Amino acid sequence: MNAFAIAAGPIDRAAFRDSLVDRGCGGYVQFEGWVRDYNEGREVLRLEYEVYEPLAVREGERILLEAVERFGVLRAAALHRSGLLELTDLAVIVGVASPHRGEAFEACRYIIDEIKSRLPIWKKEHYADGGARWVRCDHCAAAGHGHSP
Amino acid sequence: MHLQVSYFAAFREAAGVSSERVETDATTAEALFGECAGRHPKLQRYTASLVAINDEMSGWDAPLADGDQVLFFPPVAGG
Repeated sequence: MNAFAIAAGPIDRAAFRDSLVDRGCGGYVQFEGWVRDYNEGREVLRLEYEVYEPLAVREGERILLEAVERFGVLRAAALHRSGLLELTDLAVIVGVASPHRGEAFEACRYIIDEIKSRLPIWKKEHYADGGARWVRCDHCAAAGHGHSP
Repeated sequence: MHLQVSYFAAFREAAGVSSERVETDATTAEALFGECAGRHPKLQRYTASLVAINDEMSGWDAPLADGDQVLFFPPVAGG
C-alpha cells in the first residue's frame, strides 16, 4: 500500500479520509497545511513546490512507518502537493487513525514535523511586490552560514 | 572518473543547469561540491544542505565512484 504520495493536482480530502476508515479505530486526527497570504512580513501571492519524487516517496513511507511503530497507531497516510499552488490551496495532508485519540494526535504531529524537515521538497514563495525566493536558503545565507557544512 | 551531478531548487538556479556530467578527481561529495561551486560561482553550500548518491541520502564525506549520480539538495522546506 502506497500510504505516502506526491500529488501533482488538487487533493481530494474526503477520499483521503475515507481511505483511512477502520473498524478498530475510535479516533482520527487530520492535519492540513494551507497556502497562507504572508510570510515574514511579505505578502505572498502563490507558492511553488519542487519535489524530488523518488527519494521523497521512499523517505515519506519511512516516516509513516516510524509513526506507526513509535505511537502504536493503526493507520497513517500523507499526501504532499507539487507544482504551483494558489492561496488557501491544500499543500499537505496527514491522517492518522487509532483506537484512541491520544496517540493519533502525537503521531500526526510527528509525521508533519518530519515531513517538513526530512523530505527533498522545496518551497518557492512568489510575492505581491514581484519578487520570489526559495524558503530557508535565503535565511541561511543572511545568517552568514554560507559555506559551513 | 565521470559523474552525473544534479542540482535542485535554489542550487539549480544558482548553477544555471539542472544536471551535468563532470570529470573529476574529487574523492568526497564535499570536495565535488567545492569543484562545482568553482565553476558556478553563485553556488553556496548553505547550512543544512543535503547530498544523495545514487538515490540514497549520504554524508558529505561519502566516497565517490566512477558513474555515480550525485544529487545536491539545498535545505528542505516541505509542508
